[in-house]
Amino acid sequence: MITLRLGYVPLIDAAPLIVAHELGFAAEEGLALDLVRLGAWAQARDMLGAGLIDAAQMLVPMPVGQALGLGPTLPPMDLVMFLSHGGQAVAVNRALERRLRDAGHDFAFDNARAAGMALRGTVTGRLRVGVPFPFSTQSELVRHWLAACGVVHADLDLVTVPPPMMADAVARGDVDAFCVGEPWASFAVERGQAALLLPGTAIWAAPPEKGLVLLRSFAETRPEETGALMRAVWRAGRWLDDPGHRGTAAEILSRPAYLDLPPELAERGLTGRLTISGRGEMRDVPGFVAFNAGGASFPWKSLAALFATRIALRHGLDPQLAMARAMSHFRTDLYRRHLRPAGAPLPGASQRVEGALAQDRSVAAERGGMILRADAFFDGFSFDPASSN
Amino acid sequence: MHGIAPAAMPVQAEPMSKRLLIVVVEPDPDRAQPIADGLRDAGDHDIRIIAEQSGLARQVAELRPDVVLIDIANPSRDVLEELALASGPSERPVAMFVDRSDEGLTRAAIEAGISAYVVDGLRPERLKPILDAAIARFHIFQQMRAELDATRAALEERKIIDRAKAVLMKARGIDEEAAYALLRKTAMDGGKRMADIAQQLVMAAGLLGR
Repeated sequence: MITLRLGYVPLIDAAPLIVAHELGFAAEEGLALDLVRLGAWAQARDMLGAGLIDAAQMLVPMPVGQALGLGPTLPPMDLVMFLSHGGQAVAVNRALERRLRDAGHDFAFDNARAAGMALRGTVTGRLRVGVPFPFSTQSELVRHWLAACGVVHADLDLVTVPPPMMADAVARGDVDAFCVGEPWASFAVERGQAALLLPGTAIWAAPPEKGLVLLRSFAETRPEETGALMRAVWRAGRWLDDPGHRGTAAEILSRPAYLDLPPELAERGLTGRLTISGRGEMRDVPGFVAFNAGGASFPWKSLAALFATRIALRHGLDPQLAMARAMSHFRTDLYRRHLRPAGAPLPGASQRVEGALAQDRSVAAERGGMILRADAFFDGFSFDPASSN
Repeated sequence: MHGIAPAAMPVQAEPMSKRLLIVVVEPDPDRAQPIADGLRDAGDHDIRIIAEQSGLARQVAELRPDVVLIDIANPSRDVLEELALASGPSERPVAMFVDRSDEGLTRAAIEAGISAYVVDGLRPERLKPILDAAIARFHIFQQMRAELDATRAALEERKIIDRAKAVLMKARGIDEEAAYALLRKTAMDGGKRMADIAQQLVMAAGLLGR
């Protein structure tokens, strides 16, 4: 047995790492996993950089930020696979909830344009929205959604708030709304401090949320362990995407060593059955969080490019250069090499037009065909790295 | 005032004599105070402790410190990351740190569980004694925390063994010494720890309603 130390932040999308350990997928690959619970995303990055952990769960845009030189000087880090898509929810404070209801918004939880327009009509002055990290899928979702609904950049403040503190931040009035990964949105609802307005998937059908990140030097010098880890995590993701397993997953994740919360709370996000308000209104969101199905774990270089151009523009960097840099850190080559033996479906290309699939679609794969999950944006936006200038 | 203006311009490092403003973000006063004391021993610096983590970004932005020290695992670090990125060069209170010049020092700091955010242009020779002092204090705390955890675990084990002894004494009508001997023998024969055997026994007894 070889022991690998993995860093994770307590959220439902740490599930593939925790399940790989708890259900023996790692052991089958000859790995013992030492799971290290982390308090901050910056800690994941720094501990990985210093070699104190062998791999880390990270927000997908984090390695992009590193690749663009927007983080501390650390050895090169590569994202080798996605761990999850979705799993985020947008929430508003109680005062906004009341005003939205008064204005006739129905909290249907499935229409990003209706929710965005209602919010725009309700907010007076600047809107302060909490997100977990400057480089996060949450940040990209909120910016895209509100811009498409006509909220101008000058009227929007994105504020970093650590996920477990979202409920307090909204209660104190530090932020008016937030976008965060489960179970922390449900936690704020449970505490009576927020109402859920939208799932992330209503803005973008397949927003890549977390990735497995390794030091490039580790992936190069220890290919066997890298492959074993990727296969164990990939199989854990496949297990997790069986709907019958989500309840069990909630039980495992909620243990004191991991999330240390009532299982009922983690179960909401994992089953996509969310309680959106203090009134106990329930909403079903099929595919609220995905780990593996529909090629979810394939780290498309075009997604690296999409995040890179957006981050580059905000930080005054050259988008073309940024795109090229970021794409080299999404290791579709390692994904193919290490997951081919596990039978993972492998798409024919490593980049594509993002946002092009309104429905799940069957496409040609390396062997036979595979289903790709729908990935449309609510406003019809699409992004082609090949023609982006 | 400690005059942060020159330090905010990367090219123009401040003179050696200038007092530095060091902010320690630490909610636990028992931990913050020794760190602050250690930093004072390391030089004539102005040390502030921020315990209240709400509004951290605003507090730090207003203080405009030269150095911010914070536990590597403190969730509020992510707030400082934003601050470091968002500030324009002329108003930058803290720049991203893992130090660019000294990999050994960086590693030592991360291992000790400390992260530092430092104004661009602060000379490494000024930062080093500060970090050395902080690292020393953080190590002491790591050790104390580990010892406390170990003590707590030992206490828990003693409690569970006592309960297992009581179960055995009642079920088999033996005295305490015999019960302890039986537990120890069972553990040794099975290659297990006594506390684990005791735990299983207590759990089984609970299920059987004993």
